[in-house]
Amino acid sequence: MANVRNPARPLSPHLSIWKWGPSMAVSIVHRATGSGMATVGTILFVWWLSAMASGPAAYGAFVDLFTVSSGKLNVVGYIFGIGLTLSFFQHMASGVRHLFLDAGANFELGANKRTALATFVVAVVATSAFWLFLLEKSNG
Amino acid sequence: MGDGTELGRVRGLGSAHQGAEGWWHHKISAGSNLVLVLWFLLSIALLPAYDYPTISAWLAQPWAAVPMILLVVSVFYHFHHGLTVVIEDYQHDHTRFVLLLLLKYFTIATATLAIFSILKVAFTAGAAL
Repeated sequence: MANVRNPARPLSPHLSIWKWGPSMAVSIVHRATGSGMATVGTILFVWWLSAMASGPAAYGAFVDLFTVSSGKLNVVGYIFGIGLTLSFFQHMASGVRHLFLDAGANFELGANKRTALATFVVAVVATSAFWLFLLEKSNG
Repeated sequence: MGDGTELGRVRGLGSAHQGAEGWWHHKISAGSNLVLVLWFLLSIALLPAYDYPTISAWLAQPWAAVPMILLVVSVFYHFHHGLTVVIEDYQHDHTRFVLLLLLKYFTIATATLAIFSILKVAFTAGAAL
C-alpha cells in the first residue's frame, strides 16, 4: 500500500500534456459535479431537512442565510442554488450518456463528440428553464 | 458463473470480487435517482410559497414524505458508491482506508438524520411543536 515511487522514472503524460476535448471534459466534469453534490449538496440538503424538523424558528434561521428580508434569494442563495441545479442537470445529462456508452453505443468519434457537447447544452438549457420558471412565478 | 450475459460472466471476478456488482448497483440507483430527483425539483418548483407552514405541510403528505425517503436511500447509496470509486482512484496509501471509513460514517449519519427529519415533519406537522 505504501506509495513509493522512484522519482528518476518518467511519468506518463497527464492532464497538463493532453489537448482537451469534449469527451475528456465531460468525463472530468461528471466526476466533479458528482463529488460536489455528494459533499456540499448533501450537507445543505440534510441541514434544510433537519432545520424543518426543528420547527419554524430553526427553519427561519436556515432560510435567512440564503435570502434577503423580502424572501428573495441573496447572493449566497443564488450561488448555491444555481451551482447545485447546474451540477445536477450536467451530471444527469452525462449520466444518461453513460448508459448508452455502457451498452456499447456512441463510440464513433464524431457522434461521441456531439453527445459530449450536447450534455453541456442540455445542462445549461434545463438549469435556465428551471430558474426562469421560479423567477417568473415569484415576480408574476 | 452467471446466466450467460456479459455482466453475469464477470460477476465476482477482478481483484475486489465485487466490481461488477457495484457497477450494476450504481446503474440501478442512477435510474431511480433520475426519476426521484426530477420529481423533487418539479415539486419544489410548483410550490405556491416557501415559508415554513407551506413547506412542512407539503412534506407531511404521504405522497411527498415517502418519495423523499426513497430519494434519500437511492441518492445516498449512489453517492456512497461514487465517492468510493473516486477515493479508490486517487488515494493509494493508508489515507484510502481512513477516507473510505469516514465516507461510510458520513453517509450513514447524514442519511439517518435526513430520514428522521422527514418522518418527524410527516408525523408532527400541524401538531403543536
